[in-house]
Amino acid sequence: MHSIVVEGLTKYYGDLCAVDHVSFTVDAGEVFGYLGPNGAGKTTTIRMLTGLTRPSEGRAWVAGYDILNETLEVKRRIGVVPEASNLYDELTVWENLEFISRLYHVPRAERHRRIRELLKLFDLWDRRDSRFRRLSRGLKRRAVLAAALINDPEILFLDEPTTGLDVVSARSLRGLVGRLREMGKTIFLTTHYIEEADQLCDRVAIIVRGRIRAIDTPENLKLRAGVKAILEVELSDRPPASLLERLRGLEVEGRQLRVHTDNPQEILRLLTGEIGRSGLRLLSLRSRSPTLEDAFIKLTGLSPEVMRREKGI
Amino acid sequence: MRLRDELEGIYAILLKDLKAYYLKPPNISWGILFPIVLALAFTLRNPRGLRDLAPGLVAMAALFGTTSMEAIVVTFEKRVGALERLYMAPLTYASILLAKVLGGAVFGGFISAVMTLLCVTLLGMRISHPLLYAGGLALSLIALSSLGALIAFSVREVFEAQTLSNYFRFPMIFLCGVFIPVGSLPLPLRVVAYMLPLTYTVELLRASTLSPSTCPLLDLAILILFSAVFLLLTHRAMRRAYG
Repeated sequence: MHSIVVEGLTKYYGDLCAVDHVSFTVDAGEVFGYLGPNGAGKTTTIRMLTGLTRPSEGRAWVAGYDILNETLEVKRRIGVVPEASNLYDELTVWENLEFISRLYHVPRAERHRRIRELLKLFDLWDRRDSRFRRLSRGLKRRAVLAAALINDPEILFLDEPTTGLDVVSARSLRGLVGRLREMGKTIFLTTHYIEEADQLCDRVAIIVRGRIRAIDTPENLKLRAGVKAILEVELSDRPPASLLERLRGLEVEGRQLRVHTDNPQEILRLLTGEIGRSGLRLLSLRSRSPTLEDAFIKLTGLSPEVMRREKGI
Repeated sequence: MRLRDELEGIYAILLKDLKAYYLKPPNISWGILFPIVLALAFTLRNPRGLRDLAPGLVAMAALFGTTSMEAIVVTFEKRVGALERLYMAPLTYASILLAKVLGGAVFGGFISAVMTLLCVTLLGMRISHPLLYAGGLALSLIALSSLGALIAFSVREVFEAQTLSNYFRFPMIFLCGVFIPVGSLPLPLRVVAYMLPLTYTVELLRASTLSPSTCPLLDLAILILFSAVFLLLTHRAMRRAYG
């Protein structure tokens, strides 16, 4: 059963086509990743699906309701974690959740019980009387996630949930997303962190410049991209041009070499011989299986470094 | 069920706005000080004839009370993304708008109430028709707050809202009968005066404190019309922003 059905959804801002006829479905209980660089159209897609922006073309149904004609029914059944932690600075964590519960018409009898449960689930119970502005970035994200769950939504939209968080907070938040999946929630997650999509998502759509390039499970994307095993080598110095000429297809970053191959043993034999002849020393050698990042590079032609730089990380 | 949900949403937003913004100590003190300073300034400058001026002073307090903080609240929330939090909720734009307008009206009502108290105690203003006074003031607060909402939802920044508000506020003070009776204005200015909501506020308050010079029912109807037009235009601005 599909929780989200999208058909040819498109958004123009003037002449700019931010989202270009995207179509996909998300199954109930699935964690669906929407992966792409800044400006790819991730947030615009989420805004259209959550009723915050009107599509220029196309249609979509969320929880069985038309996003254009039954927007309020859609909003009743979803929770949204926007990229900015936009709860109210002047209210305490408890007051914020109480306010949101009223906006979502949570019955008075259930309201306090649900707030208590969420505060405990997200380890915010001890901070319930703290003003929102006094929380750390990580705690703010947790509070926003708790607010998104106040109406016990069928579908949760998470827009770049871990952006700007330190490593520990990001890991903890990913753990929470995992728990929400166990609770049976359908999760639509946008991210520019490839490893996050790889870890959390059942399926991933790769979107670049408003267009979906591929949709599949992370494993199938790796297979589809035809990514080979990777040998990574660190040398004592930058490799001379002669070495690079002899071993074509090497990727070079300073003193590091990377080669994609379906015959690592043969490449390793050639590489060690050539390195020895160049008078260099081999400092480290690593062989690894392809990752989603490798598949992403192959499928989009983009460097993941570009995505990190664009987000200012 | 739907109506109850919408009303609950309006009430929740109103309470939140009062708690998070309007009822902060600096705003309360401004709300008390502003009318006191205004009343004292006029008392010291010209202690005679202030009874005639009193309804105008209350109207001015209503104008500044409704439009000043509301513009800050809406543009601030727009800026930090908190307004979007309301758009995410299962509420119509009309309910969000009404909640914001009520917030401005309640704060304006507080300042007007302080000014009324000062006018009654210091300036000797007598309210001959309390129901007309309360009803007229309440309608004026809604109309002026709707004008404030229209301005706030049409711009992006706090300073833009304040500048644009002043384009309306200052001409209204001079044209709408606060200091100079509208009847004594040259014809072109009189035409402009009757196109501004504050004129009808002043007329209504004057009618309820002195003797009615025009039909108060017409003033009430015109204020309802102003409110409806401002609300419709603001609703359109909100929908345009959504597109």
